[in-house]
Amino acid sequence: MIQYLQNNGPVIQAALSQHVYLALLPVLLGIVVSLPIGYLAVRFNFLYHPLLNLSGILYAVPSLALIVLVPSVLGIRILDPLNIIVALTVYTVALLVRVVADGLKSVDPLVAEAASAMGYRRLRRLVSVELPIALPVMLAGLRVATVANVSLVSVGALIGVGGLGTLFTRGQQLNYAPPIIVGIVLSVVLAAILDGIIVLIQRRATPWVRAAGRIAS
Amino acid sequence: MNDGLLSYLLDGDNWQFGATGSIPSLILTHLWYTIQAVAVAAAIALPLGLYIGHTGKLSFIAINAANAGRSLPTLGLIILLVVLMGRGFLPVLIALVILAIPPILTTTYAGIRAVDPAAIDAAKGMGMRPMQVLFKLEVPMALPLISSGLRNALLQVIATSTVAAYVGIGGLGRLLVDGIALNAYERVVAGAVVVAALAIVVDLIAAVIQRSVISPGLTGRRVTRRTTKTVPAPSTSPAPTGQPGPGTRTKAPTS
Amino acid sequence: MKKKNLLGAVGVLGVGMLVLAGCSDPTESTGGSASGDSETITVGSANFPESELLAEMYAQVLEANGVDVERSFNIGAREVYLQALEDGSIDLLPEYNGALLAALSDDGAPEGVTSPDDVYDALQDVLPEGIVSLPQSDAEDKDTLSVTSETADEYDLETIEDLEPVADQLRIAAGPEFAERIQGIKGLESEYGLTFKEFVPLDAGGPLTLAALTDGDVEVANIFSTDSAIETNDLVTLEDTKQLFLSENILPIVREDKSDDTVEDALNSVSEALTTENLTEYLAKVQVDKQDSASVAKEFLTEYDLL
Repeated sequence: MIQYLQNNGPVIQAALSQHVYLALLPVLLGIVVSLPIGYLAVRFNFLYHPLLNLSGILYAVPSLALIVLVPSVLGIRILDPLNIIVALTVYTVALLVRVVADGLKSVDPLVAEAASAMGYRRLRRLVSVELPIALPVMLAGLRVATVANVSLVSVGALIGVGGLGTLFTRGQQLNYAPPIIVGIVLSVVLAAILDGIIVLIQRRATPWVRAAGRIAS
Repeated sequence: MNDGLLSYLLDGDNWQFGATGSIPSLILTHLWYTIQAVAVAAAIALPLGLYIGHTGKLSFIAINAANAGRSLPTLGLIILLVVLMGRGFLPVLIALVILAIPPILTTTYAGIRAVDPAAIDAAKGMGMRPMQVLFKLEVPMALPLISSGLRNALLQVIATSTVAAYVGIGGLGRLLVDGIALNAYERVVAGAVVVAALAIVVDLIAAVIQRSVISPGLTGRRVTRRTTKTVPAPSTSPAPTGQPGPGTRTKAPTS
Repeated sequence: MKKKNLLGAVGVLGVGMLVLAGCSDPTESTGGSASGDSETITVGSANFPESELLAEMYAQVLEANGVDVERSFNIGAREVYLQALEDGSIDLLPEYNGALLAALSDDGAPEGVTSPDDVYDALQDVLPEGIVSLPQSDAEDKDTLSVTSETADEYDLETIEDLEPVADQLRIAAGPEFAERIQGIKGLESEYGLTFKEFVPLDAGGPLTLAALTDGDVEVANIFSTDSAIETNDLVTLEDTKQLFLSENILPIVREDKSDDTVEDALNSVSEALTTENLTEYLAKVQVDKQDSASVAKEFLTEYDLL
């Protein structure tokens, strides 16, 4: 194991940095795409169920299939990491749309009314009142999506673009455990770090949650 | 091009019951793997979750299980176990069980914890002993959350076990892996559609079972055969109208 | 609510996005837009260790000659990486003349074309536009059908033809792509009249396939001829009397617009140095000793004075 680590530093490093890139970009893109869609789902009630059902269906499609089919649909080259990014963004959006919609729905209508009464117009009300209240729920969903993405990126190794996943396939081809173990450990650590970062953001962005917790207890 | 992509799915030859490699036989194999994995995971996670929820000990395991489990890369875990244990379904089963335990464990724990302490008090006041409190009160009241955890685990295993075809396992994943190796995308499309459809169907069936098993008092469902007007109990758990609230329905990764 | 905090959170996200957008995409080095740059050659490999070892040799010898190289290894089986070659995701990779000929010809290799030179010539007719092959090596790695010595004794097997009477009792393991290939199940059916009891899709010449054979889960397996496991496990390679699996000399396949004299000379030096024996020897260092392909390739190139 030690020998493996000594001899393969660059390979592991390259895999890790590719993995970070492939996991994070879809999350950021997913946030940008799912916020308006989630909002629309709540704003126009007739859209809520269709959009959420569509999300559910997309989420049920196995990631391997999505990664492989994206080139056919988009006409991009097969080895382009864009395939993974698009596929994972689709997943992230599928997950986050529900979270955003439910988060916005959980805002007490009385609070929204009070804001309107105070003169807040729709957009400002959304940004200043509804989104902040929905934040805890949305950030919880974001944690799930991010951690899930870290795990899903490695599936791309089955078409040769998989960040830490390449360590898994290499280990399989050589019947050799150390690269696999290294890949799993790094993957879990990466997920934990990203999860922790979101928790920190959560604390800074929603200080009232902890305060309420302290008062309640 | 779309005709080409759907050709494998729509070809009647691929739907012959009983023929090896046909879609129905792959579905059955896939379901069989899924049931085994979820059953074993439930056998471990349910008692553990009940114990931790009821006694409050070791709660950090239950709380963090979901997050830790989600961060385990499925492909890596399956490959590792195959390299260590050799070929066959057993290493894959173990990997799937490891991945299915966290959602069940966490929701079982959360469900038991969420039971109204007043109700527990009342039960004790009625003379129920701890075991009776657990099984006659806490479990039924925690059922919405517990069953949503089971549903979650089911969906996750259905989607995740497709990746296991890479190490030679059967099931619907074969359509994906073979399709990729053969550059035959019609197979991949067929696999994707069937897996998604299977997941949705299984989820619907689970939802129906869930609705019929959970006490109507919890769901606010009116039981019309009562003659006295029954005021539905305020739901302490999110109303499981197929879409329980965000906290319980944050799905684990499907791959 | 403190607008500051919400803005802060949004700000972090926004900055994150900008950073990622601006920062150099580490994945571009693996086949993204690398081919647009006429100076850089992207070397690809198939999803088995030997291919990666050869590709690594090509990459290192090119680098030693001042060529910029990007690596995109472990792409998949031929069906996948050929597509990558054609659409420009990769520029160069190690191939096997017979297998490539069979794959690119509509009905498999033409009749009677079996010797290395014949195969090489026939290959020129079927290579896609813009893709050329460089001179081939003497080193070969063939697909084999191998059985354990016990099975060989039990059914009296020496050649693939000997399988014909008993094939319906035997199970065979290979990579999933084997099922549709002329140099696979299809050809075994049409040329040898073999109908196996079961085809078990595992990994082409990989540990799963080998384990299935030695465990007795299958009786026949597709193992690569340079795999030291054949000797170690006392396996019997069935003779290919009808030459279904032609010569399989190793040769570089490259996009024409990326190949110049420096590139060609460098790659030719590797092809000349390779023999089936030394390839088997060095491959064992990767497969058995679990050394990484980069250092094994370097060792080889140093040993034969190619760097």
